[in-house]
Amino acid sequence: MSGTGNIVTPLPFPTLARRELGDQQLRHNLRKATHTIRDKRLRVVGEVPDWEQLRMAGAAIKDDVLARLPSLLEQFEAAATAAGATVHWARDAAEACAVVADLVLATGTAEVVKVKSMATQEIGLNEALEAVGIHAVETDLAELIVQLADDTPSHILVPAIHYNRTQIRDIFLERMPGVDASSLTDDPPALAEAARRHLRARFLSTKVGISGANFAIADTGTLTVVESEGNGRMCLTLPETLISVVGIEKLLPTFADLEVFLQLLPRSSTGERMNPYTSLWTGVTPGDGPQTVHIVLVDNGRTDTLADPVGRQALRCIRCSACLNVCPVYERVGGHAYGSVYPGPIGAILSPQMSGEGANRTLPYASTLCGACFDACPVRIDIPQVLVHLRQSGVDASRGRPSAERTAMRTMSYVMRDRRRYAAALRAARRGAAPLRLVAGRRGALRRLPWPLSAWTSVRDAPLPPKQTFREWWTREHSS
Amino acid sequence: MSTPPDARTEILRRVRAAQPSSSAPVPRDYAADDGPAGVALVDLLVDRLEDYKATVRRCAAASLPATVASLLTGVPSVAVPPGLPAEWLSAYPGTVSRDEADALTVADLDAPGVAVVTGCAVAVAQTGTLILDASPDQGRRLLTLVPDHHICVVHTSQIVERLPAALRRLPDPTRPLTMISGPSATSDIELNRVEGVHGPRRLDVVIVA
Repeated sequence: MSGTGNIVTPLPFPTLARRELGDQQLRHNLRKATHTIRDKRLRVVGEVPDWEQLRMAGAAIKDDVLARLPSLLEQFEAAATAAGATVHWARDAAEACAVVADLVLATGTAEVVKVKSMATQEIGLNEALEAVGIHAVETDLAELIVQLADDTPSHILVPAIHYNRTQIRDIFLERMPGVDASSLTDDPPALAEAARRHLRARFLSTKVGISGANFAIADTGTLTVVESEGNGRMCLTLPETLISVVGIEKLLPTFADLEVFLQLLPRSSTGERMNPYTSLWTGVTPGDGPQTVHIVLVDNGRTDTLADPVGRQALRCIRCSACLNVCPVYERVGGHAYGSVYPGPIGAILSPQMSGEGANRTLPYASTLCGACFDACPVRIDIPQVLVHLRQSGVDASRGRPSAERTAMRTMSYVMRDRRRYAAALRAARRGAAPLRLVAGRRGALRRLPWPLSAWTSVRDAPLPPKQTFREWWTREHSS
Repeated sequence: MSTPPDARTEILRRVRAAQPSSSAPVPRDYAADDGPAGVALVDLLVDRLEDYKATVRRCAAASLPATVASLLTGVPSVAVPPGLPAEWLSAYPGTVSRDEADALTVADLDAPGVAVVTGCAVAVAQTGTLILDASPDQGRRLLTLVPDHHICVVHTSQIVERLPAALRRLPDPTRPLTMISGPSATSDIELNRVEGVHGPRRLDVVIVA
């Protein structure tokens, strides 16, 4: 069953990218933020002499999880249940939302506090809860900014990365109830203080908390949330009921495996040696924290992804967002261009695999294949390899239909398969191009070609064939 | 007509049908064990804690009460977990509320000027991380969450160099665990770290030789 929810782009990537590229402020904000985080990440990763060994271990542990997923899921369910949690299963976004909505409705509350979670973004939980009269309050600072601005996230880790401090202040002034307009500056500590005041009473009184989980430990039934602000601890500790939405690939076999991932994740994501707060809980602990604990295990296209031997490595992803921060394409177009809650290089391989059809087919082309994402990935997902694989499957899927590109490629293949045909074609091209040299000027390239080739030259120059080939040069140089 | 399979059955069937590859051994040649313990370890922990804006005091066991009291100057009321040694606060003149039988409410802890004093289970020098495991000298999770000022006492015997060694020291991983690295912070504005959001905004660490 294909995944549903906020992982399907409404428009092709090129269309959205063109729109986003027109926003100069956005490009400036993104450039500043991605370069800040790149430098921080490099610094703290450089401190760890065994970083490569940790990456190898991280990748291998996740592959082991995928290899043993059925038994590990059952083991996790048994351990969490024994510890007092109730485990639910959901095939797709709609089913997961329905499970959560029913659980919240049963408590009789009309408002829930939320920890930032990609899984709940993916299934569109806030909108689903709103539809049954439940207001979900995002408590992560960046999620709060996005929610107040009535916007959508543009980054996995920092959903409001597309706003700078002045824009954030303006959003708070306009949209945050009870904000003290006279004292609010665009100084980041002042903005953090405003968020603290805004959410404090809600944390202390709301009955239901909703979270995702960074890791689910199969042998103990433990869930883990990695965060910075303490909003996560608030939501995980103070409510009476806690509901956690967890993708089935989030498992780790044993508690000891955290020793690898809690080293890889913070350094890769926020560029910190360790994030300020990490919470781990196992079912219900009498007298400490929520006394009713639910866990919703979600498929939503993950089993489809698992079925592809090349593409399944995308399920190793721990949502650190290092690949977004180093990507030359993401840096320029931003997260909204990808149309899915999973943007950037990982989104370009995750969204199409989870959702299958439609405009997501354009996402694997949203890359220069430079490979920076693979180098940065803490679990060694070979993103360029999967991108090429998905481009190939996209081409294969439409092989039956006629296409100008395919005809051109077939001709090219015929010419290049034979040395003499190839040499003859080069000579012909050179002769044909000779008069064009007069208009091409010193750079030896044409700025504009007539239709339909104008599509190519609208964003690039068309180089002319050189006056002689390397083979001709070699023959001449070595003939005497 | 058969009833449609429930979600659990269908997901497990689909995972099995996806035929994941066979399991391969995990290379674990990363550094797991600590080097020799010593003063350098304490210095490293202090450096990392201060880098993330925690205040650090070092003292001998005999002067712990005086050190704690000096950190609590001007603080009218202190909350403590049920098993916190009483002598730690013997030099503190204010009110001490002990969280026995979960006596303290969220409102008690949220009152202005309330600080909390706890111990910890283990500290990780390399990352400046304190791990609390709800032992009697650390208490319920909300104790170290709601007050705006947390004082954490670390004995040098509790310090390890790396995270793997720290996790192995925890007696029971199924207890509620909280890992704390500096005061509450955020990186959400232009990806710069800013201290002070929802958790305690002041974190003092006392390292006892």
